[in-house]
Amino acid sequence: MVKLTVNQKEYQVDASPDMPLLWVLRDILGLTGTKFGCGMALCGACTVHLNGEAVRSCVTLLNRTAGQQITTIEGLSADNSHPLQKAWIQADVPQCGYCQSGQIMSAAVLLRENPHPTDKDIDDAMTGNICRCGTYPRIRKAIHLAAQIQEGTAQ
Amino acid sequence: MKPGKTNFDTELDGLGGSIRPLNRHFVRMKLIYTLLAAVFLGMISMSFHKEPVSTSPALHEPTDPPPGADKAASQKAFLAVYKVLMSPRCMNCHPSGDAPLQGDDSHPHAQNVQRGPDGHGVYALKCTNCHQPQNTPGENMPPGNPKWALPPANMKMVFQGRTPRQLAAQILDPKLNGGKTKQQLIEHASDTLVRWGWDPGDGRTKPPLSHAEFAKQFKRWIDKGAYLPDK
Repeated sequence: MVKLTVNQKEYQVDASPDMPLLWVLRDILGLTGTKFGCGMALCGACTVHLNGEAVRSCVTLLNRTAGQQITTIEGLSADNSHPLQKAWIQADVPQCGYCQSGQIMSAAVLLRENPHPTDKDIDDAMTGNICRCGTYPRIRKAIHLAAQIQEGTAQ
Repeated sequence: MKPGKTNFDTELDGLGGSIRPLNRHFVRMKLIYTLLAAVFLGMISMSFHKEPVSTSPALHEPTDPPPGADKAASQKAFLAVYKVLMSPRCMNCHPSGDAPLQGDDSHPHAQNVQRGPDGHGVYALKCTNCHQPQNTPGENMPPGNPKWALPPANMKMVFQGRTPRQLAAQILDPKLNGGKTKQQLIEHASDTLVRWGWDPGDGRTKPPLSHAEFAKQFKRWIDKGAYLPDK
């Protein structure tokens, strides 16, 4: 049994310590907002937070998360009120939507560490999250908007 | 040539007295100033041809060679060490730029991964976001180690592009090696992250020497005087 906290809720998971966290989240805990993309830490679709840092859950093993704090897209806010979630809706970012939970989780780390990112900061932070629909211009726009919402200069 | 006479005087004598004493003085001074100017211009020129590294180590020979020092043996040992340090498993995380390198062809890391101020990446692209404390099994999967990182931005410890002489000098310089003494350098040759080079995960070429041989040659380089290779 491995004990971990996901979205501020404690779980005891009966699974192999070398099971990828992504399988634990989706198949055992039923948190299917986090997506499987490449399984090789190349695309970013499976990005969640481990103690506040973005990690690729497809290659992060369960034993690394024992006793740690995990946040998934479902736990980013209680009611979709995180500035990024608001901005994503306003900017109508998703097309197919498959990569978007990973995009938002990566952007959340950027905004926490850099509340006023430039275009270059956004590119530097987000190039590891691939979007096959090519929504990058809207992602960049939404992150700028989220920065304003976070600051209180936009809603 | 008479005692006290220089070659220059002899040459002037050869002119058969066609140069008067005052002119002889000007010709002598002109030659001296020309030589001084040449030396000065040479120094300026050399200053523009320094090693193209802002943090150039001092390229000097050891001033306190230990008992049993052997310059040739020390240099030879470092050249063996150098082959390992310049192998992709070592050099890829000691790039000349601010992006780590990947693969046996040492191409820039995909996803525009960057060094970051502390060598651990930036924002959502920090090293440990993908690199685990251990190698992830399978070809082209992220390699891993508990200490996975690049050197920090304020001490980049660049290997890429260094000649053996430059790299040896850099490794020895405490201002460029993280403040390590020679003894600490020997210990560092068997550091956890250094040893990863010999356990690099599936599909990655190992360095050209075994770790034991590498550590032995590294120690030999230091023990025999830590001499710099000639080039």
